[in-house]
Amino acid sequence: MYAIRRWSSAHARFLERIYTATRPGILAGLRGVTRLFGRRLDTPITAAERLVKGVVFDCQMCGDCVLSKTGMTCPMNCPKSIRNGPCGGVRENGMCEVKPEMRCVWVDAWNGAAKMKDGDAIKDLEFAVDHSRIGQSSWLRLARDE
Amino acid sequence: MNDDLDFVEEFGVNPGDPLTQRPGHVSHGRFERVVRSGHFVVTTEIAPPDSVDPDEVLARANLFDGYVDAINATDGSGANCHMSSLGVCAILTRAGYSPIIQFSCRDRNRIAMQGDLLSAAALGVCSVLCLTGDDVGAGDHPEAKPVFDLDSISLLQTTKILRDESRFLSGRQLDTAPRLFVGASINPFVPPLENRVDQLAKKIRAGAEFIQSQYCFDIERLRTFMARACDLGLHEKSYIIIGVGVLGSAQTARWLRANVPGVHIPDAIIKRLEDAPNPKAEGRRIAVDLMQQIKETPGVSGVHLMAYRHEKWVGEIVKASGVLGDRKPWAPEPLDSTIGVVTPNDEMLDNLTSTVS
Repeated sequence: MYAIRRWSSAHARFLERIYTATRPGILAGLRGVTRLFGRRLDTPITAAERLVKGVVFDCQMCGDCVLSKTGMTCPMNCPKSIRNGPCGGVRENGMCEVKPEMRCVWVDAWNGAAKMKDGDAIKDLEFAVDHSRIGQSSWLRLARDE
Repeated sequence: MNDDLDFVEEFGVNPGDPLTQRPGHVSHGRFERVVRSGHFVVTTEIAPPDSVDPDEVLARANLFDGYVDAINATDGSGANCHMSSLGVCAILTRAGYSPIIQFSCRDRNRIAMQGDLLSAAALGVCSVLCLTGDDVGAGDHPEAKPVFDLDSISLLQTTKILRDESRFLSGRQLDTAPRLFVGASINPFVPPLENRVDQLAKKIRAGAEFIQSQYCFDIERLRTFMARACDLGLHEKSYIIIGVGVLGSAQTARWLRANVPGVHIPDAIIKRLEDAPNPKAEGRRIAVDLMQQIKETPGVSGVHLMAYRHEKWVGEIVKASGVLGDRKPWAPEPLDSTIGVVTPNDEMLDNLTSTVS
């Protein structure tokens, strides 16, 4: 999984293209589904999101997805769950201070963002994650405009 | 006589009295006054004791009298357990000191953090440094639960909301808002070097009014960083204070570099320590040199001297560097004339211990 998520950060521009191309369709589809079925399909949709984003990004299902703003790198893999990284402890070789065998999530994030068209979004201020949403689907939240 | 009146106007009658807040200021603290008046400031940090004795805090603060503008009270630094920064600051403000309370996100969630920000302000603290904090694995309680409910930038935003909007994050109104001068930390010396200025810009946008940096041992990296920061005008939006460390020996330097994340020490510095007949004295000379070079760097507003285990040399180092010019920072009266004066005895002892170790 670690190798795939590193690949995703390195190919942030490619994934951004896919994201911008498919986002309107996926959202429209989800809006239709939620209108038709209410909350009855929330569980399978959430599971699908967990599976897809889990494989590609090591997604932690924080319920407040910022992948498109953080260089296609999930910030929730940071051991300090920093949403506005990096911290000051990054090692000289770019590895994490807490897990020396792991590349700093935010070093990858800034590198990924530099490749993206809308990479400057990484400079936006994010607020800490809303813990009541952990485990919920970001896709459904967007579809319902919550 | 005139001087006395100025003193009362500036600092109040009793050391613990709150000062009047000046127009354009966000706090009623002395540190904000000094830094906003354009002086080159010197701050330092106090190591909180593993004790309940308030005199121990005061004795440690006493070492800096007349040489520093503010004292940072660390918050379980390195994830080690000590007296809390809030406790240390409460003792310091009573004696009239102007502490900067360090707030780390490691140990408390947003409910506790907001409560403690109010407590700090109620106890006379006027400046806060918002940090993410070291991971618990770095300290003496690696089995503790790391909280990290907020990160440093969220904490900056939270402090601003409490202060400027007079409400909690929940929206509930405060009866009286805390008046706090808000600071953040930066580390321009570790990767990703090219994004460190962006990170600084983010912290300033989140509300940082002053900045204190990690140890600077690499003046070239600092110059590159500051040049970029000045290009973006960041030195006009916040007061940037650069960290200076005191190294005791080449071994200490190597150990710090290998074991403390975020500390970058170039080989040239280690070589200087190795080649010196008295490494401890050389370590202090390095600090003095760095302070002078930092003062010459455009856009820098001060130095933050972190002299862990070398606290009694702080006065000597500040004096030798000459960065304060003729200015004498506030100290509780009467000023003990022996503070910061190193006796020949100390000098000899220092030489002895450095040849032994």
